[in-house]
Amino acid sequence: MSFFTALYKYLPDFGHGLWLTILLTLIAAILGFLASVPLVLGILYGNKLFKLLCKAFITIVRGTPLLVQLFFIYYGLPALGWHIAPFNAALVGFILNSAAYQAEYLKGGFLAITTEQMEAAYSIGLTKWQAIKEIIFPQAFRFAIPALSNEVIYLVKYTSVAYVIQVPELLSQAKFFASDTYFSLQIYLTIGVVYLALIWVVSKLADMLEHKLFIPGFDFSHLK
Amino acid sequence: MFDSVLYILTNVPLLMKGVLIAVEITVCSVALGMVLGIFVAFLKIYGSNPMKKVVSVYEWIFRGIPQLVLLFIVYFGLPTIGLNFGPFLSVVIGLGLCSSAYQAQIYRGAILSIGTEQMEAGLSLGMSKFQTLFCIILPQAVRLSLPGFTNEFTIVLKDSPLAYAVGIAEILKYGRDLIVTSFKPFEIYFACALIYFVLFQIFFYLFKYIASKFEVPGFLITGQ
Amino acid sequence: MPLVRVEDVKKSFGKNTVLDGVSFTIEKGEVKVIIGPSGTGKSTLLRCVNMLAPPDSGKIWLQETELTNPKTNMHQMRQKIGMVFQHFALFKHLKAIDNVALGLVKVKGMNRSDAYAKAKRDMQKVGLEEHADKYPAQLSGGQQQRVGIARALAMDPLLMLFDEPTSALDPELIGEVLQVMQNLAKEGMTMICVSHEMGFAKSVANEIIFMEHGHILEASAPQKMFSNPENERTRSFLHKIAELYGESL
Repeated sequence: MSFFTALYKYLPDFGHGLWLTILLTLIAAILGFLASVPLVLGILYGNKLFKLLCKAFITIVRGTPLLVQLFFIYYGLPALGWHIAPFNAALVGFILNSAAYQAEYLKGGFLAITTEQMEAAYSIGLTKWQAIKEIIFPQAFRFAIPALSNEVIYLVKYTSVAYVIQVPELLSQAKFFASDTYFSLQIYLTIGVVYLALIWVVSKLADMLEHKLFIPGFDFSHLK
Repeated sequence: MFDSVLYILTNVPLLMKGVLIAVEITVCSVALGMVLGIFVAFLKIYGSNPMKKVVSVYEWIFRGIPQLVLLFIVYFGLPTIGLNFGPFLSVVIGLGLCSSAYQAQIYRGAILSIGTEQMEAGLSLGMSKFQTLFCIILPQAVRLSLPGFTNEFTIVLKDSPLAYAVGIAEILKYGRDLIVTSFKPFEIYFACALIYFVLFQIFFYLFKYIASKFEVPGFLITGQ
Repeated sequence: MPLVRVEDVKKSFGKNTVLDGVSFTIEKGEVKVIIGPSGTGKSTLLRCVNMLAPPDSGKIWLQETELTNPKTNMHQMRQKIGMVFQHFALFKHLKAIDNVALGLVKVKGMNRSDAYAKAKRDMQKVGLEEHADKYPAQLSGGQQQRVGIARALAMDPLLMLFDEPTSALDPELIGEVLQVMQNLAKEGMTMICVSHEMGFAKSVANEIIFMEHGHILEASAPQKMFSNPENERTRSFLHKIAELYGESL
């Protein structure tokens, strides 16, 4: 049979794979962001111990390959008694990984804010955490938006690495297809196009988000 | 616990073999990426308009496609039409192509930020366009690209374990071999992570040292 | 009792001694202008008064409260001291009116409608009601600084600190800010200003303080300061300023 009839036959599998890819990306992006906030606040405003822990976490996660981290979680932890399904292992790995990178990007946003902002916040009587919540963080977040939306794009790409720990996401489905039907080149090229399409969608969504959050004076399109 | 550490220490030579291969992969891929990247950057700055469009598409494709997918295309897909590059070369081509798209951006950014005045100054001294490029623009561009280049190098180093997915014996593969015989996955993967981490720091400080050698007052590269 | 009493304040940044025993007082309704060469601790002195930069030694009182006492709740006390910054320091992600109302809602705990009504009145005071819904990036420097003044005034402070409020402005925009400051002074606001605007100082200040190298070298009423300064350094500084500004002092 031709490549396209075979593809049609395997469509449900690819649908499942695509769904896992999207799920991994979204959950890692969102939970990674939520986890990155305490990390970045810890580095910039925390007490000495917490600051050290956060810095250590970020340095280690950013200083080791994602694949090794996934292996560690999926193959290494069971040896200590923590057995974990492939998808969950991938999820944990991606969330922690993304949290570390997003924390760095957020940090860049914070550092772009002048000390005068904090002084002004204090001068009207806000406490340190009020100032961070109302004044510093909203601005830092806006400065970090280009980097953070790039991170989501990276996540889409790197979900393919979950293949190596046997998560049946999009690339794994392609591999199964290739080993069954021998249409290797065609299917991998097709999958490549699918990923490009996914990324195109994400960058359009990111543009829309930027547009929605736009405030005059925060024009950072030159930072892309 | 103690015997785990001992086990790892006795197998260090084996893991070091993996380190050598990881470094080889990284250096070759980054080198390929650099050659292609510089070429592409020049085309985007000095090329004709249709050429610029072609280059944009090139960049978009190779920044958007997941490294693993490209690896699969080259290593599993191309042999079906007779192009058999073998595992090592496939990885280098795959990682190199992806890297070239990112490096092209780095070099283009560096050259553009040097500004037209430098070119005008060179020409007004009677130098040819090529001379100005070589003696004035290029040295500055090299310095400005260093942070981005260092960053890209570490990214490729972090992607090198993907070679494991096409069967190359690098750090992770040797690690897994050890695990199969020792049943100590936790310690071994920990050791793998540690090795990569150390590799990272080595390259980080190496590049920092190189950057400081290149530094010129007013042209600070370190401490960004 | 003086509104503010500063007693022998010293402050160093590392090896750099910025304030070396500064003392002065200010009564309610007085306007004092601090002048002097750059880097002599003028801005630091202002930041000591609202404890943004707590002094290494010495004491500061606001009415009966000792600000330098670690037990003092500075967040409460800072509601009574307003500060206007050289680079405006407006909260860029908030509209002008939000900037002014923020303190009222978050610090004073007013409900939103009362807070915004008051903020509107404060913006009227500085002449900017029509620009209430604009973001700082959409305002000129002079307008931004006036919003900064409104923001500080909204808290109903006892004292206003001005840190070179017009130094970052284009010349045509300085006038509108000085006008607001002059009106404030006429209404009886207690003000400590660091400024180079000699015309303003002459017309509004009760006392001019000349600082150099972390010391107060001379402090006297404007007429005396400009016509017959006692200190040699004061004289040469004023002379240089007069040349720059083309004023005959």
